[in-house]
Amino acid sequence: MDVAIVGLGMHPFGRTPSMTGLEQGAAAARAALADAGVDFKKMEFAYGGSQDGGNADSLVNLLGLTGLQFTNVANGCATGGSSLHAAYSAIKSGQYDIGLVVGFDKHDRGAFNAKPADWGLDDWYGETGLMLTTQYFGMKIQRYMHDHGISRETLIRVAEKAFRNGSLTPTAWRKTALSWEEIENAPMVSEPLNKFMFCSPAEGGCALIVCRADMAHQLHPRPIYLKTAVVRSRNYGSFEVFSPSQPPEVANSPTVTASQAAFELAGVGPEDIDVAQLQDTEVGAEIMHMAENGFCEHGDQEKWLAEGATEITGRLPVNTDGGCLANGEPVGASGLRQVHEICVQLRGEGGARQVAGDPQVGYTHVYGAPGISGVNILAR
Amino acid sequence: MLEAKPLHEGLFTWPDAPPSLIGSRCLDCGEHAFPSQSSCRACSGQNMADVDLGNEGRLWTWTIQSFMPKTPYHTDETPETFRPYGVGYIELACGLKVESRLRENKADQLEIGMPMRLEIITVRKDDEGAELLTFQFCAAEEQD
Repeated sequence: MDVAIVGLGMHPFGRTPSMTGLEQGAAAARAALADAGVDFKKMEFAYGGSQDGGNADSLVNLLGLTGLQFTNVANGCATGGSSLHAAYSAIKSGQYDIGLVVGFDKHDRGAFNAKPADWGLDDWYGETGLMLTTQYFGMKIQRYMHDHGISRETLIRVAEKAFRNGSLTPTAWRKTALSWEEIENAPMVSEPLNKFMFCSPAEGGCALIVCRADMAHQLHPRPIYLKTAVVRSRNYGSFEVFSPSQPPEVANSPTVTASQAAFELAGVGPEDIDVAQLQDTEVGAEIMHMAENGFCEHGDQEKWLAEGATEITGRLPVNTDGGCLANGEPVGASGLRQVHEICVQLRGEGGARQVAGDPQVGYTHVYGAPGISGVNILAR
Repeated sequence: MLEAKPLHEGLFTWPDAPPSLIGSRCLDCGEHAFPSQSSCRACSGQNMADVDLGNEGRLWTWTIQSFMPKTPYHTDETPETFRPYGVGYIELACGLKVESRLRENKADQLEIGMPMRLEIITVRKDDEGAELLTFQFCAAEEQD
């Protein structure tokens, strides 16, 4: 049984001091239910996740105690991708007809402060100052720039695009376009990445209603079909965050393995994708993920960015809503925002940021610590 | 004067001059790990032995920690006394790349491929006043 997405809901990302994380999740869920024109009582299952906003299954206190199967998902930045994968499998298997996928979060300001013990590491690693995701991102793109000839100008171009796209997106957190000079001269956070090259932890909620493809048209005039959902973890040698040591040989990242599997399962190739969301926790991530997902060769990003190939008007628009950079990262909701935006684009509801030419096939890629990637391929 | 001691046992030889990193090697597949592990990340085997990983290598990648981290970071520094520090991976002779603090903390002092050597530094003092030690790497040509 094929799987369709018939309801999209979002509580805007950013900061909502008047609402808890759970309330933002409930608002997103209600919006998705309204979009599909269906009542929460009809939901047979739900998969949901939040890192710091509370237990997702507590949403039933706000949405209704209907007795549905509700499973909490916790998979770092890939929580949303993993929730959607679980829902995809639940419908694909024939066990369920319709359900809810929801993610939300409410993080403190500033960088995440991970605890070593949660990651199987001893306290010295955190106490001596190595337990920061920002360092990993700086070090990965530093080596990548060295190996593949990526310039600092290309880093700036990605940030420029993100905030320009954010300025066209009503639900974005950062809605002000930034000039080249503002980005170039921002305070350094973790060489070579500065303040405007990183996304920030944020708040927000996102929800999707998924159902059997054969009932989709009863619920929404423009269902979007989830052709495949794939989640992969890291192989030995993949360069990942929170690693006190790395093996001699650098292996393919989980993004490469998830992407290859997704293209194979969906029966399409990178050249068939009309619009994409690639995890851009920082600008280097978007650059590396262009190649890791098979859209270009390593090093070609230099040319692609200079040509504007990933702009809304380019041949492969990437992160049309400004991505994590302009929306911030409420971890539990972030991966679902990507899917939400691709569905908006495929429905033709993107307004000022709509990709021209009636896009047919879209792609999302989420990546999370300590090495999990989720890829979805969606089509009209 | 209380005797200085490692913040965490088993990461480096102490008190040795010069110090060395301690890791493990899989007796089945030969892959190394740091810190020492009881099972192998490469082949899933459990036949591991501790080995001396030496104290020299080359800088594989780097960044600079420019702001004082939140907990679990734990030194005697305050936001006023905090000094940025380098962070990098050092490629050792066996090929293993070890993540480490770097003494160098300015972009123009660091370059991929430069030779590096191990040194032992104080992280903070414990409740009794004893210095707690950890390892870092610094540029190999530098004189102390």
